Amino acid sequence: MRLLTVLQNDRGGQIVLSLVLALAIIVPILNLMVPETSAFHVPTYTVTLLGKYLTLALLAVAVDLVWGYLGILTLGHGAFFALGGYAMGMYLMRQIGDRGVYGNPELPDFMVFLDWQELPWFWFGFDQFWFAAIMIALVPGLLAFVFGWLAFRSRVSGVYLSIITQALTYALMLAFYRNEMGFGGNNGLTDFKDLLGFSLQEDTTRIALFIASAVALILGYLVCRFLMNSRLGRVCVAIRDSESRARFMGYRVENVKLWVFIVSAILAGIAGALYVPQVGIINPNEFSPLNSIEVVVWVAVGGRATLFGAIVGALLINYAKTYLTAELPEIWLFALGGIFVLVTLLLPKGVVGLLARKEAQA
Amino acid sequence: MSLHFSSTRAYTLPINVARYLLVLFALISFSLPTHAIGDLGKAGDLLMSNSFDDKSKALQLLASENHPDTQEVLALLGEGQLYYHKKDKQLFIIKDYDTGAEALGFDGVVRTIDKKRDFKKVTLNNSLRGEITQIKAEVELHSANPETREVAIRDLMKDLSPSTIALLKTRFTQEPNAGVKSLIGTALAVNDLKSDDAAVVSQAIERVDGSLEQEVRAALLTIVNNNPSEDLKQQAQKVINGIDNKVEYYGWLETLYFGLSLGSVLVLAGIGLAITFGVMGVINMAHGELIMIGAYTTYVIQQLMPNHIGMSVIVAIPAAFIVSGLVGIAIERGVIRFLYGRPLETLLATFGISLILQQAVRSIFSPLNRSVETPEWMSGLIQINPVFALTESRLYIILFCLIVFFVLSLVLKKTPLGLQVRAVSQNRAMAQAMGVRSNRVDALTFGLGSGVAGVAGVALSQLTNVGPNLGQAYIIDSFMVVVFGGVGNLWGTLVAGLSLGVANKVLEPWAGAVLAKILVLVFIILFIQKRPRGLFPQRGRAAEG
Repeated sequence: MRLLTVLQNDRGGQIVLSLVLALAIIVPILNLMVPETSAFHVPTYTVTLLGKYLTLALLAVAVDLVWGYLGILTLGHGAFFALGGYAMGMYLMRQIGDRGVYGNPELPDFMVFLDWQELPWFWFGFDQFWFAAIMIALVPGLLAFVFGWLAFRSRVSGVYLSIITQALTYALMLAFYRNEMGFGGNNGLTDFKDLLGFSLQEDTTRIALFIASAVALILGYLVCRFLMNSRLGRVCVAIRDSESRARFMGYRVENVKLWVFIVSAILAGIAGALYVPQVGIINPNEFSPLNSIEVVVWVAVGGRATLFGAIVGALLINYAKTYLTAELPEIWLFALGGIFVLVTLLLPKGVVGLLARKEAQA
Repeated sequence: MSLHFSSTRAYTLPINVARYLLVLFALISFSLPTHAIGDLGKAGDLLMSNSFDDKSKALQLLASENHPDTQEVLALLGEGQLYYHKKDKQLFIIKDYDTGAEALGFDGVVRTIDKKRDFKKVTLNNSLRGEITQIKAEVELHSANPETREVAIRDLMKDLSPSTIALLKTRFTQEPNAGVKSLIGTALAVNDLKSDDAAVVSQAIERVDGSLEQEVRAALLTIVNNNPSEDLKQQAQKVINGIDNKVEYYGWLETLYFGLSLGSVLVLAGIGLAITFGVMGVINMAHGELIMIGAYTTYVIQQLMPNHIGMSVIVAIPAAFIVSGLVGIAIERGVIRFLYGRPLETLLATFGISLILQQAVRSIFSPLNRSVETPEWMSGLIQINPVFALTESRLYIILFCLIVFFVLSLVLKKTPLGLQVRAVSQNRAMAQAMGVRSNRVDALTFGLGSGVAGVAGVALSQLTNVGPNLGQAYIIDSFMVVVFGGVGNLWGTLVAGLSLGVANKVLEPWAGAVLAKILVLVFIILFIQKRPRGLFPQRGRAAEG
């Protein structure tokens, strides 16, 4: 319970997290206990969809951590998300075993198809879940460390940093499209069978993944909130508002930025790892710059530097996306583009800011 | 259809009968060659023989008799359209044996094919095909056009026989053109290389020194491998090394040329951004879409004037400038001016605009790619020597890029607008104090940068498919060019764009196209760490901020 004290002065967080928690409890009940004929029954498809939204909300929280509190507009967080997803995908690929189309017990289908004789070295260990779990955090964290160490030390900031984060994810996308990389080329990794021995087709597994996503989102939120409530959080805000001044006060700006950036990247990686088993595929398209920049707009719509706003934004926009791409596919890009423009022009504090203002007036 | 129509009219208006006949006659004669080929004499009989030796004799006869239709008969043979009737022993031309119903006799009479099996194709084997090329080349050797003669000599060089050597020797003395003459000399020397006389060979090796013809190298290689004399081997090897060095040198030149043309595309795409980003400090993520609008403008203009494709590209340049420029000004007035001083928000808002523009184009023109035709005057090849040729379209892109660059430099350096733009970019407050209307300057600068993006779109429409995703493909590249070159510096953009283009093409054969691109991106990411302000940073207090 001490963990929850970080929420003391965070009413928005209390509300949003309670809602997520309620969702995590009610939805499984409605799916498993209520008979399918009832109007209250939640189909498994919806459960998985909600689970997907929750992982994307976690990604948005990660972006808000660096953009909202540190002022780093990252246009490449999708890269960390996708790397976490690939680490999970590799584990799931190895779990297929000899049940693939070619029935090779050692090699995933696409390697057999490319006529590879043995597993590349970087696939070793991914048959163990613990190893994959470490990699889910380690690979994005390591990339964030190398990239951040180089970028922050040489004081690349502002739009330059945004553009090179975009270049980073673009370069990774091009790289992962290559068959020679050994990650399945443009088809990516798919056709997963089971996770930790549980079949991914089972309703219970899908509900477990949904609950895991909700728990990951709540814990990730608490970690971010804890960090931002601490002294470190205040230093972050100081850096965001005036980097030179914070540096003159004696703070090691580059170290603060670096560590927060790494935490954010790891959260994004975990989100990606939970996302992949629920959607059933990971391919290089997840690296595309458009995906990363979309995350930024979720945060902007929800409200920057609130953390819970990121969750609200991610859920709202993704629901709208699911609805519009199915019902009015022509409209979706107009709507998304319009949201970009209107939110930056009219709603600098996002939906959450709007609600808070209404409340203050009342 | 048309025949039927005129025949009914002929009934009602007898005066049209003559016209009807004329039309009919014209239609028939149109489907036939202009004249009947006529009797080939003994050569014709030999062609109908089953023996390839006889056919070869027929070819020799045709060549030596100088029959006026030799060329045409040879072409028909080469294309496999020459047939003969087995019983009548007559030659026929059948354009399409599988579906065709008509055979055209050499006497000009059209014959309906009743039984396909009666007609037999005059078949060829490889040595006959070689002879045909040889005979064709011999005829072309006396063409009035020096280029045709060069091509003919190169054809002959592939397979030199005593008769062709004699032919070349006589031509050598008559040849007026120095270039063609030296080519004949090379061909004769290639023949001498095969001689048994060591002195002749040695002298021939000296004569071919420096020639880049494929046959020369092949002949020299045979000497290195087979000739008994060590001296000759060494001499030949030396010349081969020289040739290889030259070929390698031209290979590098070619890479450089490809790199420069790719670089020019990058410069064209980036230079508009250099103005908006550099001068105004505004990140315009919709820049790629402004390029796309320029490309679509080219497409629309070509649809409007389908009979003047050559002109349409010229017309498209100012049109694209105006269209993209106006869209740019609308973006600036509508969105960006509310966001000055908030670069990250500008970035997001303009990205939203780029999505809207993409979808708009998709809704108007369909999501499929549209093809823009390349005018004929742009699609040629300048053959510098056998191993090195310049494609004209690339050459035009390089020239176009340089023209755009210098015009822009002039606009910024020499016009009142340029002066105001530079003043605002260096110190906005001071410029305003001096009476510069910075709002107007902002709008015009943005319009100028966007217009240049549109012009880049015209160039790109000649190189790639025009589709809704055209802009996205170039936006990251353009940012890389601007960031690498240094913000607010046109020269930096030029140098950065060209060097990135060359670097890409140099890495390509070694690493493959995609990996080359990744390497260049990684290089830029690392470069920015080292020099955050690019190759040519702006100096002074204005640069801080």
